[in-house]
Amino acid sequence: MLKSLWTFLKSPSSAALWFILAIGFAGGVIFWGGFNTALEVTNTEEFCISCHEMQDNVYEEYRETIHYANRSGVRATCPDCHVPKKWTDKIVRKIAASKEVWGMLTGIIDTREGFVDHRRSMAEREWKRMKENDSLECRNCHNFEYMDFSEQGNRSVKMHSDALASGEKTCIDCHKGIAHELPDMKGVEHW
Amino acid sequence: MKLLPLFFTVVTFVITTHVIAQEKVNPGGLETIRGASTIDETRPAESLKRVIKDKNPIARNYVHQPPVVPHQTRGYRVDTNSNKCLNCHSWKYAAETGATKISLTHFETRDGKTLSDVSPRRYFCSQCHVTQADAAPLVENTFKPVESLGNE
Repeated sequence: MLKSLWTFLKSPSSAALWFILAIGFAGGVIFWGGFNTALEVTNTEEFCISCHEMQDNVYEEYRETIHYANRSGVRATCPDCHVPKKWTDKIVRKIAASKEVWGMLTGIIDTREGFVDHRRSMAEREWKRMKENDSLECRNCHNFEYMDFSEQGNRSVKMHSDALASGEKTCIDCHKGIAHELPDMKGVEHW
Repeated sequence: MKLLPLFFTVVTFVITTHVIAQEKVNPGGLETIRGASTIDETRPAESLKRVIKDKNPIARNYVHQPPVVPHQTRGYRVDTNSNKCLNCHSWKYAAETGATKISLTHFETRDGKTLSDVSPRRYFCSQCHVTQADAAPLVENTFKPVESLGNE
């Protein structure tokens, strides 16, 4: 019995090579498609706010801001700002973000008070991330090359043509707290 | 003959309801800035005014008038954690940003003591400094701004 199984495994299969390849190919498509679909599901606003920590705090705050309520009807949802678009960067971010699951399980920001207490460290992490990638997520939509300074306000022109153009500053250096409330800003540069 | 009391009852009822109804819609001859409207009707709200986008400082009308805000301030939070106005208007950053500095009176407490930073009573900018919109005066008036403050 065992011996016959061994011979079966050892002897080359009589199934046609194309058949085996086809099965492998179909299996690959299903696995890869499923993986990416699941990945995309975690990249939606509905998924983000399915946790009350997000729904009650950052989402509610974001609903008052220009990226949610505006004249043109274009919205930047959670992943537009918090997840890179490029696949490799996205995977890296997703793995890093799995820490949030641990946070959810331990209930560190379970209450509003808990959230507010941890806002500074969470905000700092996000500022650091955006500083390091030169505000990549901002620039997915706001391309400096495409900015028409004649359409901008005096104050914007001054800042953008100076600090931003020279690369000395990046978006997040000035535009902090544009979509969520700020933590205590004591000691933060330029606050 | 038996119908007479019934007739009176009906007449009284009609008159009473009529009088009550009339009282309900009587505006009392009063007309507000929003126009004449009866108590039982809700007037549609005025359309929102548009905040001016970004202009140079607007001249003051009288001495000690808090300067008005000639730019948009949407989303500029002023609370215990942060003060977005001071990002540009504080002494620390005004030179760099080209904004008007807050006056030194903002450092004084109500007892006249000068602090090393903005006094809590002067911290909430929009209590005095108002963002300007394209709103025409509701009531005509003959006020003339002070010439010495740069008004024409």
